[in-house]
Amino acid sequence: MTQSVVVQVGQCGNQIGCCFWDLALREHAAVNQKGIYDEAISSFFRNVDTRVVGDGGSISKGKICSLKARAVLIDMEEGVVNEILQGPLRDVFDTKQLITDISGSGNNWAVGHRVFGSLYQDQILEKLRKSAEHCDCLQCFFIIHSMGGGTGSGLGTFLLKMLEDEFPEVYRFVTSIYPSGEDDVITSPYNSVLAMKELNEHADCVLPIDNQSLFDIISKIDLMVNSGKLGTTVKPKSLVTSSSGALKTRPKKPFDAMNNIVANLLLNLTSSARFEGSLNMDLNEISMNLVPFPQLHYLVSSLTPLYTLTDVNIPPRRLDQMFSDAFSKDHQLLRADPKRSLYLACALMVRGNVQISDLRRNIERLKPSLQFVSWNQEGWKTSLCSIPPVGHSHSLLALANNTCVKPTFMELKERFMRLYKKKAHLHHYLQVEGMEESCFTEAVSSLSALIQEYNQLDATKNMPVQDLPRLSVAM
Amino acid sequence: MSIVTVQLGQCGNQIGFEVFDALLRDSHSSHGLCCKRENEAYQASCKERFFSEEENGVPIARAVLVDMEPKVINQTLSKAAQSGRWKYGQHACFCQKQGSGNNWAYGYSVHGPRHEESIMNLIRKEVEKCDSFSGFFIIMSMAGGTGSGIGAFVTQNLQDQYSNSLKMNQIIWPYGTGEVIVQNYNSILTLSHLYRSSDALLVHENDAVHKICAKLMNIKQISFSDINQVLAHQLGSVFQPTYSAESSFHYRRNPLGIDWHVRPPSSGLPSLGKMSLNKDLHFNTSIANLVILRGKDVQSADVEGFKDPALYTSWLEPVNAFNVWKTQRAFSKYEKSAVLVSNSQFLVKPLDMIVGKAWNMFASKAYIHQYTKFGIEEEDFLDSFTSLEQVVASYCNL
Repeated sequence: MTQSVVVQVGQCGNQIGCCFWDLALREHAAVNQKGIYDEAISSFFRNVDTRVVGDGGSISKGKICSLKARAVLIDMEEGVVNEILQGPLRDVFDTKQLITDISGSGNNWAVGHRVFGSLYQDQILEKLRKSAEHCDCLQCFFIIHSMGGGTGSGLGTFLLKMLEDEFPEVYRFVTSIYPSGEDDVITSPYNSVLAMKELNEHADCVLPIDNQSLFDIISKIDLMVNSGKLGTTVKPKSLVTSSSGALKTRPKKPFDAMNNIVANLLLNLTSSARFEGSLNMDLNEISMNLVPFPQLHYLVSSLTPLYTLTDVNIPPRRLDQMFSDAFSKDHQLLRADPKRSLYLACALMVRGNVQISDLRRNIERLKPSLQFVSWNQEGWKTSLCSIPPVGHSHSLLALANNTCVKPTFMELKERFMRLYKKKAHLHHYLQVEGMEESCFTEAVSSLSALIQEYNQLDATKNMPVQDLPRLSVAM
Repeated sequence: MSIVTVQLGQCGNQIGFEVFDALLRDSHSSHGLCCKRENEAYQASCKERFFSEEENGVPIARAVLVDMEPKVINQTLSKAAQSGRWKYGQHACFCQKQGSGNNWAYGYSVHGPRHEESIMNLIRKEVEKCDSFSGFFIIMSMAGGTGSGIGAFVTQNLQDQYSNSLKMNQIIWPYGTGEVIVQNYNSILTLSHLYRSSDALLVHENDAVHKICAKLMNIKQISFSDINQVLAHQLGSVFQPTYSAESSFHYRRNPLGIDWHVRPPSSGLPSLGKMSLNKDLHFNTSIANLVILRGKDVQSADVEGFKDPALYTSWLEPVNAFNVWKTQRAFSKYEKSAVLVSNSQFLVKPLDMIVGKAWNMFASKAYIHQYTKFGIEEEDFLDSFTSLEQVVASYCNL
């Protein structure tokens, strides 16, 4: 069993991270009735004897003493991290694993990446090394950040290069929140495009998510819950947006529900690695199966069901509905319609009481409505994990490597060019030491090259699949 | 004569458990339909073959469990112990923490060499426990990273170190439609390597077993447990003791007594076997067939249909190509049962399909970087394609 370390950077990253730890505790509490520190928990938590001063307190077996998250929290402002440390989760975090500053990055990628990057490089490295040392077998770094701001975007991507150099064998999975069209940060296109170049070059896998999609999903859920459909009530705790009981007392923040969706995404992604099932899927298998070419590592995700109704019997029809929903554009966490675009690869990670025949039946049923690239007509990766998420009897996470990410990237490029053509706000960036216009041109050309790759794939979309001539052998 | 089983990866370990369980359950079954003395001889033979001497009366499976991550092995060990009827040896497993990531190259080139000594030591210990050792039974899937990559590596090592012993690989052929996206690459690399080192490849296709569950057994919600149990039942009915041809009351000592090394006149062709429960006559040409009959009225069973020359290739007489083994002792509560083990053209179509899909993917170079990262280059792929095209052509020419 392996461990993963979560690195949460910036305001957005830390808020999502906080929700993640909250839900992770809830999930493990539900599964682990005996309070024994087992391998599943150890994937994200350390077991520490808090009576021991200093660092010698790690306990590897036996009863749970005090759980500490395998996390590094980084923010160049103090507000968010301080709030976490005063909140109900304060004991879950190791106070030595924080890096904060007071001035913030001013929504400026260059400040986050270059100024704070060089200022905090050694400290960050030290904290990362520490967290790696606490792991028996570290498999993956999960980086959570937003693309549109300064810290998450700039410092978050600065980290990536560092992780690649320092821990080349450890996977780097990045959860990136992309700015929506109506983002109120004017320079978010600059920040995002500059960050994208780093993601292109140094991330193993990126899960792009945008706020608008999360918001739409929340609205859908609210509609369902409040519509008062006759005879149906939603099971408590089963909303993909709900938090655990512990945080009920905290005044609800507007982004909480949205952050919980992302937190659930991360939990479901790692479920088959943590818990047992009839067809396991480890984190290294995600990259192996879903990344056919190194540059094309952007995966669109969807989570279903969004909630569970209280009727206990789940007829197969409802199970099949879960699979159908996973491919609908309303359930994607990015503004994208995978059914209209080309699939390079698709992973279905199922949790709960679902068997191989249910999986196969649905793949057969849905396959005709999906377009797969010619060289990967059966590009499905599947996993079955026995343990369902809290409040559900089963759930599905679909990860698609699909050309439907292209519009997001193209819009980003367009917004970038609108600003860049007028050199608007450029001076804020150029006055940072080491920043030149070439940084911008390189970043946008990296993005253009990526878009071009997707274009080339799209061009093959409706062409007939031809079998290539095989080797002929002499007998 | 004892067999040492090596179970590799999630699939190999899940199936291995079911096989030992099925063997022992049948051995203890009270519906033997034969006299007590005979039943005892059957039980003794089965026990010697697959289990080693009891500790507190609980038989210990002659098996080595290998996996690169711990979850499945832990589950397998505890399921066996919970059954109360048998268990695995305490130190019979080799486990790592991180898995092979569905990457054949990682299994074969990284995990294999790294853990070669430990794994081969475990196997050697198991072999040394056997009074008379007959061969290896290696259970693995083709689609993943551990079973396929490490399986190929270990079989090669077994060929080097135990060249006189029989090595039979139980290969699980993945579902046609995706369990693993790179399954076709992993499959062709596995098969081409096994051809050089294995003596016999016993193949089970997930699609075929799934159909058996759905159509013949009417299971509504089929799980991997169901599939593995059907598989174990089939394997059990092949491996349980039978009489040797001289019709003495002496159970056949060598369970793998088929002459697997059949060679056509011109080129050397390693064998590829396929099993089915029903006695369907496929009109694929066969190289060799083995029928095993168990239960009531076996002595009077008519197997003349299997001796029809039309079933076989021209260069092999049916008398050499066809064998039948019998025992009156019924298997697993079935009053009468029959198994057909066949080396025929049956597998040409699935093999051809896998090679075709892998070739299409290879032409676009998709996923190749994941393999070259660990030392499997494009030439290695081309070698694999070449050797499998030759196999397909050889079988087509029968």
